[in-house]
Amino acid sequence: MSDGLKVPTMADYVAQGKQPEVLFWVGCAGSFDDRAKKITKALVKLLDKAKVEFAVLGTEESCTGDPAKRAGNEFLFQMQAVTNIELLNAYKIKTIVTACPHCFNTIKNEYPELGGRYHVMHHTQFLKTLLDEGRLTIEGGIYKGRRITFHDPCYLGRANSVYEAPRNLIEKLEAELVEMKSCKRNGLCCGAGGAQMFKEAEKGNKEVNIERTEQALDTKSEIIATGCPFCNTMMTDGVKAKEKEKIHVMDLAELIANAQDL
Amino acid sequence: MEYLPNICFAIALVIGIGYFAKNVKKLIRNINLGREVDLSDHKGQRWRNMALIALGQSKMVRRPVAGILHIIVYLGFIIINIEILEIIIDGLFGTHRIALKILPRSIYGFLIGFFEVLAILVFVAVIVFWIRRNMIKLQRFWKSEMTSWPKNDANYILYFEMVLMTLFLIMNATDIQFQELGSGNSISQFVAMGFSNLSDGTLHIIERSAWWLHILGIFGFLNYLYFSKHLHILLAFPNVFYAKLTPKGQFNNLEAVTREVKLMMDPNVDPFAAPIPDSEADIPAKFGASDVQDLSWVQLLNAYTCTECGRCTGECPANQTGKKLSPRKIMMDTRDRLEEVGKNIDSHKGEFKDDGKQLLDDYITREELWACTTCNACVEACPVGIDPLSIIVDMRRYLVMEQSAAPVELNNMMTNIENNGAPWPYNQMDRLNWKNE
Repeated sequence: MSDGLKVPTMADYVAQGKQPEVLFWVGCAGSFDDRAKKITKALVKLLDKAKVEFAVLGTEESCTGDPAKRAGNEFLFQMQAVTNIELLNAYKIKTIVTACPHCFNTIKNEYPELGGRYHVMHHTQFLKTLLDEGRLTIEGGIYKGRRITFHDPCYLGRANSVYEAPRNLIEKLEAELVEMKSCKRNGLCCGAGGAQMFKEAEKGNKEVNIERTEQALDTKSEIIATGCPFCNTMMTDGVKAKEKEKIHVMDLAELIANAQDL
Repeated sequence: MEYLPNICFAIALVIGIGYFAKNVKKLIRNINLGREVDLSDHKGQRWRNMALIALGQSKMVRRPVAGILHIIVYLGFIIINIEILEIIIDGLFGTHRIALKILPRSIYGFLIGFFEVLAILVFVAVIVFWIRRNMIKLQRFWKSEMTSWPKNDANYILYFEMVLMTLFLIMNATDIQFQELGSGNSISQFVAMGFSNLSDGTLHIIERSAWWLHILGIFGFLNYLYFSKHLHILLAFPNVFYAKLTPKGQFNNLEAVTREVKLMMDPNVDPFAAPIPDSEADIPAKFGASDVQDLSWVQLLNAYTCTECGRCTGECPANQTGKKLSPRKIMMDTRDRLEEVGKNIDSHKGEFKDDGKQLLDDYITREELWACTTCNACVEACPVGIDPLSIIVDMRRYLVMEQSAAPVELNNMMTNIENNGAPWPYNQMDRLNWKNE
C-alpha cells in the first residue's frame, strides 16, 4: 500500500497552477512519530477516498511553536509562527485540516493576531463534514455495537469546546459510546500537554496517564478512541503499564479508515 | 442624652463604612500595581457573563450539593440585607421599624416573614458547610496549602453568619410589638416561645441588645472582608466581567516579542541603525513575571477574588497525582505577596522598597510551575472566572526568557525546534518520508 499513497505537496499544486481544497497540516508527531504516522496515513486514505483535493507542505512544514509557547518560550514560538504564516500566506491557504489538537489550537487561535487567518479544522470535524455531505460513507459496520470510549484531548475539548464532532463519528460507526468518569469539559488530561510530553513529570505519587488510563479501563471498553497523537502515546503507554494490551488505543481517523476497509 | 443611641449609631456607621472604604481604596491601589491591559471590548458578552455566572451562579451548581447550599446562603445574604436599610434609618433617626409606617402591614409582614425563612435556611446551610469542612473533611478543604489561617478564615465566616442569623431571629422574636402584629413572624414566633416567661422589660433589653449586636456584627463583617477570602462576595462580579472571552486554549501573544520578531524578520531593517529613541520605552523591562507587579491587573483581581474553594485544585491532573502544584495555592500566593508588597508601599510613603523577595521562589516554586500540563481544568472549574494558568505561563516565560532556566529536557526540545523545526532531532527534509514507509 505504501507506494500507492498519493500525497501532493503545495509546491506540486503551485507548479500546476492549481489550489487544493484543503491543506493537511501533518504536524511533527504525524510526520515523525511511528505510531502517529499511521494516523496520518489513515487520514490521507480517507481524504483520497472522499476525493478531497488536499496538499501537504511536506519538507516546508515546521513546528507550529506550540510546545515552545506552553513552555514559556514566546520568542521561539513567534519565530516559528511568523515563518509558518509567511509560507501559508504565500501559498494563499484558506482552509487547514490537522489531526493534532495542539497544531489546531495554535493555528486557529494564536496565529490570527500575527497575521495568519485561516479556516482551521480538526480532522474529526472535517471527517464529520465529509460524512454529512455524503462524500464519505461508512459501510460494513465492523465496529457495530462494540464498546468504545473517547478520551477528550484538552486542546480540542476544553481549549476549543469541540466535544461533539468526535462523538458523532463514533455514533456513525454504530459503536456503543461509553463515557469515562471525567469527560467533555471535565475530561482529565493525558499528562502530555504544556510541553510535559518532552520531560519527566515532577515528583508525585502517580503518573497522570495511568490515572486517565484507569478511568478508561473502568468503562470496560474494547477501544480507547482519541483525536490527538500525544494523547495516543500517553494512553498507549498507560494501557501497556496496566498490562491491558488487548485494549486498543486508536485515533478516530483510523477507526473510520478501518470501517472503510482502507 | 436622649439622642445618645442615635449619635452612637451614627459614629458606628461612619467608622464601619469609613474603614471599609479606606481598605477598598487600598485594594484598588494594589490591583492597579498590575500591568495595564485593555479589556473594554465585548461589553455585551461581559455583562451577559456577569449576569449568568456571577449573579446567576451557573457554574456553582455544577457541583449540586455545594451549589444549592451556596445559592441559599447567597440569596439569603442579598435579600436579608434589604432589611439593613430599615435598620440604618431606625438607628439614625431613633424610629422603630420605620418601614411599617410606609408599607402596608401585609407587605411588611410578607417581607420580614420571607427574610426569616431565608435566615433559618441560611443557618442550616451554614451548618452543613461547617460539617463538610470540619467533620466530613472534604479533601479539597484539607490540602497542604490550607494551613491554619485559610482554615480558620473559612470557619470564622461560617460562625459570623450563624451568629448574625441568630441575632436577626432573636431581635424579631423579642420585639413585643412585632410579635403582636402577627404578620411576618413566620420563624421568630417559634423562637419567641423560648422567651415566653420573661418580663416585657427583659424582653426589651434582649431585643435592643440583639438589634445592636446584629448591626455592629454586620459592620464588623463588612470590614472583615478585606482581610478574608470572603472578598469574593464583592469581587466575583467584576472578576467574571473581566474574565477571558477567547477560547481557553488561546494564550496571549506577547506584543513586545512580536515587535522584536518582526524587526528580526524584516529584510528592510538596517541592523546597524541606532535604536529609535522612543522605542525602548515600549519594551518591558522584563519578559514574563517573577513578581506580582509583572502580572496584569486582572490576574491580581483574580487573586483577591479567590475564595479558596479548591475546585481548581480538585480538578488539576498534577495535583490529583500527588505533584506539588495546586492552582488554588498559585492564587493564594499571589494575593499574599501582593498584600506584602502593598504593606511595603504603605510603610515607605507610597514607594516600594526592594525587600529581597519575589513571587517566584519565595512563594511559588519552580517545581510547581513545571508540573502544569496547561490542560485548563482549573480555569474550567473556577465558578468565578479565575485563570491560574495564565499566571503559571507568565512565570514560565520569565524562567525561560529571562533566566534560561527551563528543565534540561525542555531546552533540548526547544533547541530541536530552533534547529530542525520539530521538537525531536529529526531532519526537516525527512518530514514527508512517512508517505513512502
